[in-house]
Amino acid sequence: MLELYGTRVSSRLLLGTARYPSPAVLAEAVRRSGTEIVTVSLRRETAGGRNGGAFFELIRELGVRVLPNTAGCYSVSEAVLTAKMAREVFSTNWIKLEVIGHHDTLQPDVFGLVEAARILVGEGFEVFPYTTDDLVVAERLLSAGCKVLMPWCAPIGSAMGPQNLPALRAMRADFPDVPLIVDAGIGRPSHAATVMELGFEAVLLNTAVAGAGDPAAMAEAFANAIEAGHAAFQAGMIEPRDMAVPSTPVIGKAVFS
Amino acid sequence: MTLIVNGETLESGAATLSELLLALEYEGEWLATAVNGELVHREDRSTCRLSDGDRIEVLSPMQGG
Repeated sequence: MLELYGTRVSSRLLLGTARYPSPAVLAEAVRRSGTEIVTVSLRRETAGGRNGGAFFELIRELGVRVLPNTAGCYSVSEAVLTAKMAREVFSTNWIKLEVIGHHDTLQPDVFGLVEAARILVGEGFEVFPYTTDDLVVAERLLSAGCKVLMPWCAPIGSAMGPQNLPALRAMRADFPDVPLIVDAGIGRPSHAATVMELGFEAVLLNTAVAGAGDPAAMAEAFANAIEAGHAAFQAGMIEPRDMAVPSTPVIGKAVFS
Repeated sequence: MTLIVNGETLESGAATLSELLLALEYEGEWLATAVNGELVHREDRSTCRLSDGDRIEVLSPMQGG
């Protein structure tokens, strides 16, 4: 079981809800993935509009826990206000905190992130910070009161997979007791398995599933890969070596000539 | 008076935030509101008085990752 801010879930896959071909496909992907946590956003509603209502109902029917995000926020004040508005809508203290610092890479503004995290923790939020793989920033986020870290492994939506495995490995080693969730950059199930093999607790995905030819089937493939990676980490993998080592014992080998 | 609602300027005679939402046909338990960068809780909308030039944000749940 995975425990996040005192909540226990069995699935180690967190799924985003954006960019699916239709609400029905999204719903099917959520079901097939087995996820218990989905991320959602907040946007301006149009006067007399019912867009948010339909989506709100869909999410409620799925019966999963909601992790609202502050996607698209470029300042501390924007992110803090969006978090408060999300709490109003979803009645949850959980917030996936994004403070974006760079338009092209969507790299987090880690200075603003730490500041916003401190403010939100003070307001009773349970913060899931979308951060880089920088250890010093991670320490500051933990000092600010975050109890979960969500480092990127590549830019959002890039599907490039883990770009800096040593950094992720170092983060795992430095914070053995902190739930670590890789957020952003995963493109295929093998990427997810790789980070889970490092000992990460979970993976947050969106585009790799939503953009797949068959999103529901891909969601299930990811769920399996994440479980396999996690099981492998727990089982303890052997280390690679330079030279061959015979698997079969040499003693007792027949001599034919 | 002139108000800016979700970035659009409009004229309104609404005295309170809840009157404005009613006039513009914003309804539903899923809406979140802010005036001039401050959250206004659902239960406070009827006592939240509006002034000329106020900036109002009305947000609702949307797909996100």
